Amino acid sequence: MTTAISVSGLVKSFGQTRALDGLDLSVATGEVHGFLGPNGAGKSTTIRVLLGLLRSDAGRATLLDGDPWSDAVELHRRLAYVPGDVNLWPNLSGGEAIDLLGSLRGGLDPKRRADLLERFDLDPTKKARTYSKGNRQKVAVVAAFASDVELFVLDEPSSGLDPLMEAVFQDCVREVKQAGRTVLLSSHVLAEVEALCDRVSIIRLGKTVESGTLTELRHLTRTSILVETARPITGLAELSGVHDLVVDGRHAAFDVDTHEIGRVLTHLTSFDVRALTSTPPTLEELFLRHYGDELALETERAEAAAR
Amino acid sequence: MSAFTGTGRLVRLALRRDRIQLPIWLLALTLTQAATVSSVVGLYPTEQERVALAISTAQSPVGVMFNGLVSGTSLGATAMTQSFMVVAIAAAFMSTLTVVRHTRQNEETGRAELIGAGIVGRHASLTAALIVAVGANVVLGLLNAVVLIGNDLPATGSFAAGAGIAAVGIAFAAIAAVTAQVSETARGANGMAAAAIGVAFLLRAVGDVSGKVVDGGVTLVSAWPSWLSPIGWGQQIRPYDQDNWWVLGLLVVAFAALVGLSFVLTAHRDVGAGLRAVQPGRPTATPGLLSPLGLGWHLQRGVFIGWAVGTVVLGAAYGSIGDEIEEFIGDSEQMADYFEQIGGTAGLTEAYFAATLGIAGLAVAGYAIQALLRMRSEESAGRVEPVLAASVPRTRWMWSHVAIAACGAVLLLTLMGLSTGLAYGLVVDDVGTQTSTLIGAALVQAPAVLALAGLAVAAFGLLPRLAAAVSWAVLALCVLIGQLGQILGLPQAVLDLSPFSHVPAAPADDVTALPLLALLLVAAALTAIGVASFRRRDLAMT
Repeated sequence: MTTAISVSGLVKSFGQTRALDGLDLSVATGEVHGFLGPNGAGKSTTIRVLLGLLRSDAGRATLLDGDPWSDAVELHRRLAYVPGDVNLWPNLSGGEAIDLLGSLRGGLDPKRRADLLERFDLDPTKKARTYSKGNRQKVAVVAAFASDVELFVLDEPSSGLDPLMEAVFQDCVREVKQAGRTVLLSSHVLAEVEALCDRVSIIRLGKTVESGTLTELRHLTRTSILVETARPITGLAELSGVHDLVVDGRHAAFDVDTHEIGRVLTHLTSFDVRALTSTPPTLEELFLRHYGDELALETERAEAAAR
Repeated sequence: MSAFTGTGRLVRLALRRDRIQLPIWLLALTLTQAATVSSVVGLYPTEQERVALAISTAQSPVGVMFNGLVSGTSLGATAMTQSFMVVAIAAAFMSTLTVVRHTRQNEETGRAELIGAGIVGRHASLTAALIVAVGANVVLGLLNAVVLIGNDLPATGSFAAGAGIAAVGIAFAAIAAVTAQVSETARGANGMAAAAIGVAFLLRAVGDVSGKVVDGGVTLVSAWPSWLSPIGWGQQIRPYDQDNWWVLGLLVVAFAALVGLSFVLTAHRDVGAGLRAVQPGRPTATPGLLSPLGLGWHLQRGVFIGWAVGTVVLGAAYGSIGDEIEEFIGDSEQMADYFEQIGGTAGLTEAYFAATLGIAGLAVAGYAIQALLRMRSEESAGRVEPVLAASVPRTRWMWSHVAIAACGAVLLLTLMGLSTGLAYGLVVDDVGTQTSTLIGAALVQAPAVLALAGLAVAAFGLLPRLAAAVSWAVLALCVLIGQLGQILGLPQAVLDLSPFSHVPAAPADDVTALPLLALLLVAAALTAIGVASFRRRDLAMT
């Protein structure tokens, strides 16, 4: 398995602010990689470093076996980028902007362009200044997917799209994945990441906090269990890995660390299980677990500072 | 809720945003006035000297064109001949930029939407912008009056001068209120307002040059075109001589009419829209657009065409007056003697054209800076990002804009020489010679223009966030040195800072190659520094 993007220990400061603080990221060729983090975590900064728009202060970054800064022009022939905030030239039509962006990276497939315009229901004759946010986003998305490139760098590409267009967008990502292309997808839409991504990296305050397949990440977290037994349940609270336990006679609801789930189930069988539902954590819960703690901590700190 | 609800809050917002910008304008313009007055007081202490200065200025079309009216020989009146127009035109620019910044620019960036969704009336934004601009002009007028009184000039005349300056500024605030409704972009609105300032300058130049000199040569009575120009009205107040307060009435009427018009226009259009509906564009791009140079030209052509039209009109106006200067000499033997005295071997007409082309050079430098700063606005608006994220080398993107600005500037100078030469050639029946001479003379300005352009490129590369401020401030300094350097008695070292101080006064003087080559070298070095710095730096999106 070759690597499309490999970043280690990336540091980037803007004045006093340390936007990236030793960030690691590894994207394998042919995978769709989710890039998650709250606002201001450093996702766009990382992407801009990868595109050679910003210069890193320290650390190593390799993109398609090249250096993002010094080989920028050559590398950019092989990738397509959708910015998080699409700014277009107000007096160019959408069609003109698509052709321009496509040709600046080495041309696009006219048949695919026409097909995408239809699928995204975009009127190419409208001037960019009259487009809504979603339509500006579509212009960049169409220009990207109509290009024949190895790597797609998408920075919150669907943030302005309606649910219908979101579905079309997801189809497009699946198509390029099937064609063996690599996608780095920064997103806030967790359902989208869950639906599309092979692996995800979660970053916080300029550092990578988790990285792996969704299954791996789930393993690191808790599964919710609802159970009903024939005999009253006892002894659950003493087991390690059990949290938020509520026992009501023969009913119990609790969360369990996923790696402890086997032992807990063995314990439960001794009470003769009648019904059991086990809910694996959603990505949202994964996300909230990382940032919920952080939020609580920050609120505390802010309150302490206010006092 | 009335149409004006929220105006007070928006005034406070505008003042907060302008808390550095406006005080700098006010300070710079007041200092200019102060420096000019005190040097006039020092240079022309006696009535005799001031009479001589008044007579010679009134008889020189160049002097009348660029200084404006001569009206009396008191200390105050002499100072006003030197300073009034510079300060009033600067006040006009301060006003138009302020009004557009708080109206159309807000709409273009979408901030107006955010504001308009609050408890804010339809006319509040424009009213707030006008209140701020009018307020700034009133403060400017008062500061000028104080400075003048501080130089022991009569209070009435000093207040009349301050009021005149403020009134010119206020009139152009109202003009900008209209252009901000007509144009969809802040750039367009500012461009139209600047064109209006140019037309006002030209109208009064024509009116003043074709006026009559009376009172033994110390008072110039302007012809009717001066009365069509707000700048002309300001001058007709004639502070320290006649103190014509009633002229302010004209400015008040014009202000009321233009503001009324702008309110009507606001009520008849959507937020964010201009007066014209947006036409659909092409579904696909033409091949000409599909390169950094093609995109650059697409972005720059509107500005260039506007400047080209302005240049041709200005050149034609200057050229056609050239004829009257010939007649002027023919009429008076004394005048011929006088010009032989000050101009050496060069004739009056040549001196006149050298002066007008010098002004044209400064104006074209303004074009070059405006064109180059487009790089900065593309960067801060985030539109460079997708281009550089495509397979476009930074240098290639930058060179395309630099090339357009440099070629555009040279082309504008050529057009200036061409239209001046054609107009003048037609009236004196010598098109061939005059056209080629004046094109050559205009192009002599090119190295100085390119040197200032180089500075803008270097500023963009090294200090992107300050590029606009630095470039415009340097141009303003060059204008100041060119217009007031002599009267202020600035030391040669300061005069030498302006590249235009090194340009031979063609066609009056002989052209020497050395200073021009040196300026070209400076231009090339600064450009190289700018390009090299941009290659190395981060994109500065904010």
